[in-house]
Amino acid sequence: MSETTYREALRAALEDAMDQDPAILLIGEEVGLYGGAYGVSRGLLDRFGPDRVIDAPISEPAIVGTAVGAAMTGSRPVAELMYVDFAGLVMDQLANQAAKSRYMFGGQIAVPMVLRTQGGTGRSAAAQHSQSLEAWFLHTPGLRLVMPATVNDAYHLLRAALTQPDPVVFIEHKGLYTLKGAWDRGRPDAGWGEALVRRPGRDLTIVTYSRMLHESLAAADTLAARGIDAEVIDLRCLNPLDEATMVASVRRTGRVMVVSEGVLTGGVAAELSARLQELCFDQLEEPILRIAGEDIPIPVSPDLERASIPSAGLIVEAAGQLMRREVAAWAR
Amino acid sequence: MNNPSSTAARNTAALDRYRTMRRIRSFEERVGELFLRGESAGSMLHLSIGEEGVVGVTDAMAQGDSFTTHHRGHGVFLARGADPVRMLAEIAGREDGYCRGKGGSMHIADRALGHLGANAIVGGGIPHVVGAGLSYRNQASGQVSAAFFGDGAMQQGILYEAMNMAALWRLPVVFCCINNQYGMGTRIDRAAASVDFVARAEAFGLAGVSADGADVEAVYAAAQDVFAGARAGRPGFIEVSAYRFHGHARMDKSPYRTAEEEAEGRRRDPLARARDRLIAEGLADAVDLDRLDAEAGAEMDRALAQATGAPLPPLASMFEDVYDPTTPAPEPLRHRLARILNA
Ligand SMILES: Cc1ncc(C[n+]2csc(CCOP(=O)(O)OP(=O)(O)O)c2C)c(N)n1
Ligand SMILES: [Mg+2]
Repeated sequence: MSETTYREALRAALEDAMDQDPAILLIGEEVGLYGGAYGVSRGLLDRFGPDRVIDAPISEPAIVGTAVGAAMTGSRPVAELMYVDFAGLVMDQLANQAAKSRYMFGGQIAVPMVLRTQGGTGRSAAAQHSQSLEAWFLHTPGLRLVMPATVNDAYHLLRAALTQPDPVVFIEHKGLYTLKGAWDRGRPDAGWGEALVRRPGRDLTIVTYSRMLHESLAAADTLAARGIDAEVIDLRCLNPLDEATMVASVRRTGRVMVVSEGVLTGGVAAELSARLQELCFDQLEEPILRIAGEDIPIPVSPDLERASIPSAGLIVEAAGQLMRREVAAWAR
Repeated sequence: MNNPSSTAARNTAALDRYRTMRRIRSFEERVGELFLRGESAGSMLHLSIGEEGVVGVTDAMAQGDSFTTHHRGHGVFLARGADPVRMLAEIAGREDGYCRGKGGSMHIADRALGHLGANAIVGGGIPHVVGAGLSYRNQASGQVSAAFFGDGAMQQGILYEAMNMAALWRLPVVFCCINNQYGMGTRIDRAAASVDFVARAEAFGLAGVSADGADVEAVYAAAQDVFAGARAGRPGFIEVSAYRFHGHARMDKSPYRTAEEEAEGRRRDPLARARDRLIAEGLADAVDLDRLDAEAGAEMDRALAQATGAPLPPLASMFEDVYDPTTPAPEPLRHRLARILNA
């Protein structure tokens, strides 16, 4: 057990995996000489050489398509998409090709690749470099979807992604690269596809993932000081999705908020809410609250950007009101 | 400023081009300052220092012509008449900025000056000029639309789809590649096996030309032909070669290139070249040019002061301009929560 950063944990995962599996290739813009736009692949070109760490031209559809073809033929490519926003360019290769090959071709042609990318706000990078687009991938059968929130998960979920038989979209958060945390190379926090209760509580369940885990934990601390005991669940993987952990918690607490940075409408929080409503209907004391990004593009001005996504403050405020909520007069 | 015929007019135009280039450089230096003071909205600021020779292209455009730019587009827009105060205000994320602090450095636009938008998706703005060209052709308006982009975009498929359509439909369109030799840390020869970009354009049926961006007058001469052709329905491509003097964005110290290479690259300075030429041809003396330089610096100092004094956008403005203001705007989450919680 040691301490490291999210960035370094990712780098170590790539290095260890490439060390063990010679089929793993890294392909993307600036992944080699530059070491990755966010420094995740630093040193890997020197270590593994240009046949396995491949600097690509600015040609995203062909980068992902090349990864698909390589995955079909015995390689295990990690295609890096510098910003998840560029998914707009690669959705055909991802959603129509990678995600569907196994199925369309009757189970013959698998595409064991990882699309590594990063998203989210926090750098005033504006509307085309700050989005949280996980819902696009979640809406596509055939893709796995992982969004690590902690240092240890950054390492172990990436290692696990690199053993999966199907395409995995692995979304890092640009605001987490410098996060420091405990790292145990030998021990994952939990298995692939398992959600984790990061903080147990009795009064209210907060279901979240990626950077919003940290806002939720901070909110839970504040709520604790106000006598509200919130349980915080980190989903880690969105596909496969661990419904059981969420459902067990919500059946106990009867109250749930789903917190996500992506926009509210048609978002991941909507899907999670629907599932919880279906499975916990009889135990729910209050409506399921979605705390999500505003339904707007991300503005560049820092105050606007911050205010456009959920914060610990908003979670606390909403949780407080949820606990005190009075049943509407007409329903009494 | 188009097609100056007399020698006097040509001489004035050359001096004007020098002034525009100096204003661009002074402007970009203030952008750097804004960042160092921590007053820019973020660090994704891409300076066009070293690429001022593109003024030879913007000068060949006519009033009413439209354009799109890439993420390194401050210089092009200034040359097309931008107000440096509103640009700096936008880069600082202020309410008075061109885009009300919504877009920032990489997304400046101004419909009135024909700027259809700066783009942070490499290649993203290129096809828009094909559509603009289609409008202009059908409207018989005589306008041209020009896309400005970097050498990195030469590797995006959408460029070739756009080139093919422009040529096929004979649209009044110009594709302008500012080839500064790098896409982030990747030198052009590490991104393309053949860097003969003019040949690529010609293969699609475009008129293609490459000009030395260190020589603004040479760029201007080449661009005049390209725009004249485009206006007559023969779309064209112009490559302006340059060197990116600084890092890719503000945080980048360019560790992937040597000091010698940078020194060599910076010797290809379009400003120094223009200055020498103006003096050699007797169109200006060093005192005139120093004065002009000082004026540009003072103008940009004033612009910086004014921009940083501008107010920040009110939080509620974040919900504006997602849709047309006469139609329903998105509901703020807090309002929604209040409805649910009866608060
Ligand atoms: C589609 C897309 N891919 C990658 C990026 C990240 N990126 C931003 S600028 C840049 C380099 C662009 O190089 P070039 O087109 O030559 O323009 P320059 O920065 O040299 O002006 C890259 C890779 C992006 N913004 N959009
Ligand atoms: Mg370039």
